[in-house]
Amino acid sequence: MIESRGLTKLFHDKKRGAIRAVDNVSFICKPGQIYGLLGANGAGKTTTLRMLATILEPTDGTAVVCGHDIVDHPEDVRKNVGFLSTHTALYPRLTSQEMVEYFGRLNGLEENTLRKRVDDIFTRLNMDSFRDRRCDKLSTGMKQKTSIARTLVHDPQVMIFDEPTLGLDIMTARTIIDFIRECRQRGKTVIFSTHIMSEVEKLCDTIGIIQSGKLLAEGSLAELRERYREQDLEEIFVQVVAPHYVSQENN
Amino acid sequence: MNFRNVGIVYRKELCEALRDRRTLISSLLVPLILFPLLTAGLGAAISALIGRAKEEKATVMILGGGDSPGVLAALRSSDKLSIVPTQSNWKEQIIDKTIRAAVEIPPGFQEDLARQKSATVFIKNYNGDLKSGIATGEVQKNLEKYREQVVHDRLSARDIPPAALTPFEVKEQNVAPPEKVGGAAFGGVIGYMVILLCLTGSMYPAMDITAGEKERGTMETILSSPIARVDLVLGKFFLVLTAALVTAALSVTSMGVSFAVLERLHAFDRAGSDAAQLKLQIHFTTVLSIFIMVLPVAVLFAAGLMTVALFAKSYKEAQSYISPIMFIVIIPAVCAMLPIDLDAKLALVPILNASLLCKELVTGTYHWNFIAIIFFSTCVYAALALFLAVKMFQREDVLFRS
Repeated sequence: MIESRGLTKLFHDKKRGAIRAVDNVSFICKPGQIYGLLGANGAGKTTTLRMLATILEPTDGTAVVCGHDIVDHPEDVRKNVGFLSTHTALYPRLTSQEMVEYFGRLNGLEENTLRKRVDDIFTRLNMDSFRDRRCDKLSTGMKQKTSIARTLVHDPQVMIFDEPTLGLDIMTARTIIDFIRECRQRGKTVIFSTHIMSEVEKLCDTIGIIQSGKLLAEGSLAELRERYREQDLEEIFVQVVAPHYVSQENN
Repeated sequence: MNFRNVGIVYRKELCEALRDRRTLISSLLVPLILFPLLTAGLGAAISALIGRAKEEKATVMILGGGDSPGVLAALRSSDKLSIVPTQSNWKEQIIDKTIRAAVEIPPGFQEDLARQKSATVFIKNYNGDLKSGIATGEVQKNLEKYREQVVHDRLSARDIPPAALTPFEVKEQNVAPPEKVGGAAFGGVIGYMVILLCLTGSMYPAMDITAGEKERGTMETILSSPIARVDLVLGKFFLVLTAALVTAALSVTSMGVSFAVLERLHAFDRAGSDAAQLKLQIHFTTVLSIFIMVLPVAVLFAAGLMTVALFAKSYKEAQSYISPIMFIVIIPAVCAMLPIDLDAKLALVPILNASLLCKELVTGTYHWNFIAIIFFSTCVYAALALFLAVKMFQREDVLFRS
């Protein structure tokens, strides 16, 4: 379970001064559910997810992930989290198997357990044909599968996906979408950020619309449709965001 | 600190480094090839070229001297000079290197000598040209021999013994053992090379595992794992340190082997100069001492370079930050080649102190008080650099600089 309590992040820029990238964001994401964080570029999605994954430290507020406070026990949080984004690349000079094993060891897995876990994942994701191939020689689809295997190796209870399909072709994106669904079926807590409406409609149990660092609206797709008297999610998004939207160019 | 995690990171970084061509070149190939090339290879090549130039007959033209057969005979008697017929374009021929020098004998030279008058012979040459310099030397040698003969004849005519001109002689005698003479001559260069190669050995891995990791997008991947930042930094740091020490060890070994081979080939003897007296013997204890003293310097380099490279967003940017560091290191390392003696103040100056100490160690001199000051002061600098590297890895504005 993820419980965000007033998460806030300030960045300091020499020209623009203090920038409030995330402003008092609170939400709850339960096991077996997918929480979709929907927002435009620069809305604060990545910063929020990086704070939940303890890659960044909140300026104010906190969150509890699998019972561990992200500020007080970041390493315990990371042991329970699988984090996947377009920024989480693979080590080019390691093979697919070495990459997954490396993260398994960093997560404290013993060698016997690790070997079994890796074999299981590689078979499940149909990765055996390229397990000894270096990551810089893999196709985009193979890289994505290796990244998925890397996030799964320690069997985390919480999965955090930051725009995982950004820039991917349809077939590779579908692999990711199927994987996210599978995570929900296995009872994991899933949080997922995107600006692609169709993905949100297909996947999310709860949707949070974020803009300028603020969580402006939250609810299931049905609840949002009823609240804004609109069937199209894109229209709902525009209704919510437009009054707060400051384009990237003006930022 | 979790040693298991430090070890996991170290093994992974080592595996990647061994698969990185740039790291292999800077850490293994440079010390293995550069030292033999600079010592045995280049030294022997220079000696051979100079030796060959000295063996060649120098082509010289004589201007005038028709009325002075004595001096002409003296010059023609040399088997290292080839006298060519006089031509009016002698100047152009010197510049074109057709002839190496021209000797201008003033009119009435022999008559002036007979009248006990002083005369001047000019040697026209090409300043800075090695072969012209050798020809000039050969002409000078023959003219001096002729002058001595003239002086001898004049003294004999007056019944004065030649020894009257040299009431006493001055000679220098070396009392230092040949190994120390060799060490004094080459010690500064050895310190410089070891320190420089230690820096270049750590440079590429330091950039690769910091700025390179940012550029490849793997920094966020590793930060999402449960490893503590301090363990991550230490694992990476030990890899850079390994690269620096391997480079230093290989360079010291390669240097020892190169000088041993050089000595066996008598390459110095072929130079035919004072260098023939130089003998460089590097014992195992010297190699070990240099290695121990270089250890904290390597830590300083590894941690310092990682800290600087981490600021950069890309490998290219890191290179531009690290290039000036080369100069900061080279200047004190070069200073060790100057006639500077180690003292208590200099023992506190990083890099220069280790460089000067290397020079002393090669000569077999062990000033234990300076060794202690240098070792501990460098350890302090290295610890500070490492502390800074750990702090830098905890700064979000550095890790996620955009």
